[in-house]
Order: sequence, then C-alpha cells, then structure tokens
Amino acid sequence: MSDITYNQAAAAITAGGPTGATLPRREYHLAHEPHPENGTALGFWLYLMSDCLIFAALFATYGVLGRSYAAGPTGAQLFDLTLVAINTAFLLLSSITFGFAMIKKQQNNVNGTLLWLAITGVFGLCFLGLELYEFHHLIHQGAGPQRSAFLSAFFTLVGTHGLHVTFGLIWLVVLMIQISKHGLIHENKRRLMCLSMFWHFLDVVWIGVFTFVYLMGVL
Amino acid sequence: MGAAQHTAHAGHDGHGHGHDDHHGDVGPHSSFSGYMVGFVLAIILTAIPFWLVMAKVIADRNTAVLVLGAFAVVQILVHMVCFLHMNGKVEGGWTLLSTIFTVVFVAIAISGTLWVMFHMNANMMPGHPTPTPPTQTESGAAAGHHTP
Repeated sequence: MSDITYNQAAAAITAGGPTGATLPRREYHLAHEPHPENGTALGFWLYLMSDCLIFAALFATYGVLGRSYAAGPTGAQLFDLTLVAINTAFLLLSSITFGFAMIKKQQNNVNGTLLWLAITGVFGLCFLGLELYEFHHLIHQGAGPQRSAFLSAFFTLVGTHGLHVTFGLIWLVVLMIQISKHGLIHENKRRLMCLSMFWHFLDVVWIGVFTFVYLMGVL
Repeated sequence: MGAAQHTAHAGHDGHGHGHDDHHGDVGPHSSFSGYMVGFVLAIILTAIPFWLVMAKVIADRNTAVLVLGAFAVVQILVHMVCFLHMNGKVEGGWTLLSTIFTVVFVAIAISGTLWVMFHMNANMMPGHPTPTPPTQTESGAAAGHHTP
C-alpha cells in the first residue's frame, strides 16, 4: 500500500506539474457498493442489544434497591401473582400470534398477516391495560413510585418495559396501515421483520421482569 | 416461493441491489412447527416457576432463587432460538457475536453492581459499631476546645 503511494508521489514530482493534472482520477465510489446481506437485520439487532443494556442498568438498579422498603409495603404484600400470570400469558400469546403473522407474510397473504397482527395488537393492549390497572391500583394504595426506593426502581423498570410495548403497539398500527395500503412489498416485509424482532425481544425482557421482580419479590 | 413471485421480484431488482433477499422474502425463514415448539416450551417454562412460587413448593429462599433463575435462563434461550431465530450462521455470525458481547457486558454490569453495592451497604449499616457514642464525642470535642 505504502509502495503505491510512494510511486505515485515520485511520478508527480518527476512530471513537475500540479498533482491534480498528472495523477489519474481514482474512483473510490463503486456503482454497486458492497452491502452485507440483510444489513437492516443486523443493524436492528444491534439496536436491540443496546436496548438490552438499558434494561441491564434498570435491572441492576432494582437489584440494589429492591429491598429498600423505607418501612413501606414489600413486594410480597403488593404483588398479585395471578394478575402477573395472566399478563405473562397475554404477552406470550401475542408473541406466538406475531409468529403466525410472519408465517402469513411468508405466504404473501396480506389479509392473513393483517388479521394476526390485529390479534397481536389486541393481546398487547390487554397486557398494557392490565399493567396500567396494576400501576393505578398500587398508586391508589399509596404505593406509588415516591413511596420507597424499592417502588421507584419497580416503577422505572416495569414502566420502561411498558413504554416499549406502547411504542411497539403504535408501530404495529402504523405498519398495519402501511400493509393495507401498499400490500406486502419488500419494504413492508423488512419493517415487519424488524417489528417482530422488537416484539419478541420485549417478551424476552418480560421473562426477566416476571422472574426477578415479581416471583423473587414474593419469595 | 413460487415462480410467479420470483418474476414479480425481478422487477424490484431493477432499481434495487437485490442484496436483501434472494428468495423473495426478508429475514430468516419461520416455520409453524418452530413457533409451536417454542410456544409450548415457553408455556411449560413459565408455568413451572409460577407454580413453584404460588404453591410455595421450595421452602429455602436461596434454592428457590437459583431454580427460578435457571428457568428464566432456559426460557430466554428458547425464545432466542425459536422466536428470534438465532443461530451461529445468521449474518455470518455477527448476530451471535454481538449477543455474546451483550450477555458478557450485562453479566458484568449487573453482578458487579450488586457486589459493589452490597458491600457498600454492609459497611454503612446503621448497626455498624461506632468507635465512640455521640455523648462522648461531644465531650471529646469540648475537651479539644480547651487545649489551645
């Protein structure tokens, strides 16, 4: 590499003229730039991994503060495991129905894809509704985020997950409109793939939430 | 994956690079059986921890934490493989590599935080023996005032 530059510099000197005139124009921009296959998938995956780091920080915070009750209510007193089990079921069902939507997408079945996406959205809404009910119930009991460090950490962690689900739902609705307008075009398939990764990722985070926050909090 | 779809896709290749998909579909191939296997495993791996806690099966807290943690790890792996279609070949292994990096990072961040903060907490406990009771410090301070 350095050999080449040296030779070119020498050529420029011997020619004596301005460098721009003697040196041949070199093309650095190819007509077809090399793209990795499915670059979007890898990029979106990296985003999910960075999102993972956010949740790691929140889990660590909860791990440190999870027992600082400030003489307030404990997890064992507050958490209703039946409610959490139903919520977990909603999220798990929404994961599998998204899987069915992906299968319909593979078959290029627009209506089937839209139907399963709608069912996914309904399960997502049920999850969110139940979570908001739980939050409202806790705050009503005087166990709001300002009650103790434990509750602050709890609301931040579970609330951040709920916020992700909310944005996932908005994305889902927007994508459904896109698909119904333009059909299962290449771009919409790519978007669908990203949203499916996002949705399944939220389910993975929820495994951590229900295990480390709810189940271990009740022990 | 029919021939009709391929010809329809050829039109798209005219302006694009055609690098994203070669089979008319984007992303990894998903199968009904793959999702169902993941779903059934996920149900089992969710139901058992809930049952263990709600029926108070394990009396010892530390054992219960370990068992619940193990179930969570297995279920996360099931979701990764069955729902997120992870394997060592996707994206030439870069997906797996970035995931391994994240797992290592997350493990260090969480366990390190817990470890450091636990020791900080243990050393700042209210019951930690103080060298002198408050009354004696006051008299000590008063005595210190006399010396100059």
